[in-house]
Amino acid sequence: MLVCQGPGIGSVTHKSTWALGARTKKWLLADVISTVEFSHSGDLLATGDKGGRVVIFQREQENKSRPHSRGEYNVYSTFQSHEPEFDYLKSLEIEEKINKIRWLPQQGAARFLLSTNDKTIKLWKISERDKRAEGYNLKDEDGRLRDPLRITALRVPILKPMDLMVEASPRRIFANAHTYHINSISVNSDHETYLSADDLRINLWHLEITDRSFNIVDIKPANMEELTEVITAAEFHPHQCNVLVYSSSKGTIRLCDMRSSALCDRHSKFFEEPEDPSSRSFFSEIISSVSDVKFSHSGRYMMTRDYLSVKVWDLNMESRPVETHQVHEYLRSKLCSLYENDCIFDKFECCWNGSDSAIMTGSYNNFFRMFDRTTWRDVTLEASRENSKPRASLKPRRVCAGGKRKKDEVSVDSLDFSKKILHTAWHPVENIIAVAATNNLYIFQDKAN
Amino acid sequence: MMLSKGLKRKQEEEEEGKEALAVDTWWLDPGHPAVAHAPPAVASRSLFDLSVLKLHHSLRQSEPDLQHLVLVVNTLQRIQACMAPTAALSPMPSLPTAPGIADNLLASSDASLSASMASLLEDLSHIEGLSQAPQPLVDEGPPGRPIGGAPPSLGALDLLGPATGCLLVDGLEGLFEDTDTSMYDSELWAPASEGHKSSPEDGPGKEEAPELDEAELDYLMDVLVGTQALERPPGPGC
Repeated sequence: MLVCQGPGIGSVTHKSTWALGARTKKWLLADVISTVEFSHSGDLLATGDKGGRVVIFQREQENKSRPHSRGEYNVYSTFQSHEPEFDYLKSLEIEEKINKIRWLPQQGAARFLLSTNDKTIKLWKISERDKRAEGYNLKDEDGRLRDPLRITALRVPILKPMDLMVEASPRRIFANAHTYHINSISVNSDHETYLSADDLRINLWHLEITDRSFNIVDIKPANMEELTEVITAAEFHPHQCNVLVYSSSKGTIRLCDMRSSALCDRHSKFFEEPEDPSSRSFFSEIISSVSDVKFSHSGRYMMTRDYLSVKVWDLNMESRPVETHQVHEYLRSKLCSLYENDCIFDKFECCWNGSDSAIMTGSYNNFFRMFDRTTWRDVTLEASRENSKPRASLKPRRVCAGGKRKKDEVSVDSLDFSKKILHTAWHPVENIIAVAATNNLYIFQDKAN
Repeated sequence: MMLSKGLKRKQEEEEEGKEALAVDTWWLDPGHPAVAHAPPAVASRSLFDLSVLKLHHSLRQSEPDLQHLVLVVNTLQRIQACMAPTAALSPMPSLPTAPGIADNLLASSDASLSASMASLLEDLSHIEGLSQAPQPLVDEGPPGRPIGGAPPSLGALDLLGPATGCLLVDGLEGLFEDTDTSMYDSELWAPASEGHKSSPEDGPGKEEAPELDEAELDYLMDVLVGTQALERPPGPGC
């Protein structure tokens, strides 16, 4: 994994620009990054990859002697979260790819996160050890047991400093609850429960209990021949512990209230935008499929990502979104080709900034898009070392959809559809973003930082 | 439905030759102004074939991506609806059964069986009039629930169900010589097999019929333990 980071991302609202910093560091990661997530405070950034590994980066503390390193993220911990498994009953291989990582709110010195592959969720504890006990009575310093008969005096072990060691240990394994592929996990605001969603079901877990979960949503038809819709994403409300939303492959979002019923098969609210008849096509359903749903930090809005756009919904209005931002509308005329090469099924994620004033999502050609909700300005940037000189500002990119291509514009036909940015994350407080481009991780920071 | 080798070859040629994305309008709704000059019947047929190809490819996976499968099937239905008035087309498969077939595959897929299915699909791709094929037990509803009701004209997709009718078994005798076919009785792959280890998804309101499932699972485990020394998968918890 190549990690490029530095000052100067600026924000969409101002004319300040995004840039890579002078100091960059490289980490080798063999596999494609499959998820990126900042912790609640933003000091830690976790990535998961197709090989089942989790790499956690930590932001460096402010250091006056090294002003350039202020705010840089460095590797903090690396561990193998999931291994490939084999389901003997079904004779199926279970991929070790990490689909999602979600941090738990910090309570104490140790940090906890949930990571999941297609079938199993694990709770990991990440803790630091910077002291070592010496002077045991029953064992030597090298760990060998001492002969009790030879112990003539007792001593009190003392703690001595040691080089910082970060340990990751699995504390809970939540398995055997999903027949279909897990696409989402979400920690509840009660800090005690979380949900896991697969294609047809959503289960509610208690973080302390691994041998059972409660099924709260089940859209599996009695007759599988009637299956026409699957669950694509799910999330708990950030403040109301009884509220959750889940999106579907038909472009609908259902809000459920667990207080109304133990089983949330019947939704409390149903969000769907009527199809525009003028743009109806064979691919209408595919491009309307919601690949990601995220509540705003305020909890008043939610954002959905479908293939061509990002939509912001007011939870109080189900009939249509309050905002629609076109990500790459120039692809609408290419949908057949994108269907042919399966790109139309790519699942892009989206994220809010800390103040909910901006949103970000990825696109192709290592492009990612940012939208300012207050000024309605948007910008396209590229996560690429080749096109980014150190300390230079990232130049906004433009795609030429047709006609004469201007200088510095990229033609639609020259877009590289193998370079897709599916996973992005925004620091919960500051203007720092993490962008995963295949097996490279880019971290951009605001110059003002 | 007919997938002639000629059509398949044409599709492969189109795929190989296509690099840059082309502007497509012919797939738009026939009522769309942009399609005024396009040959919708031929274009729809091409898209239909592409979709069928995708469906077959998806079903050949040991564990198909359910979302991909459902979207492709729904797209196929949409295309089929537009193509329905066309008399030149052979009987269409009843696509809603595809997810059921897929689900059965999900519940009971076996690598060798899937490979056999794939080769069978290829061999049968040129065969016409598969509408009389016996109906597979595609539903993983409660055990014992009658499956019936599937429309007759399923075509090649019909044969994707495991342990089904005589056509499948008769055509693949040699492939299963070394395999204990008792494992593939479809009753054993009923929904209870979803909780084949513990069953944590039994919530307060989600109750399926446990008794028959446990017996079936016990039988299945006996077969597995008896036929091959399988390493027990690790249990839950840490």
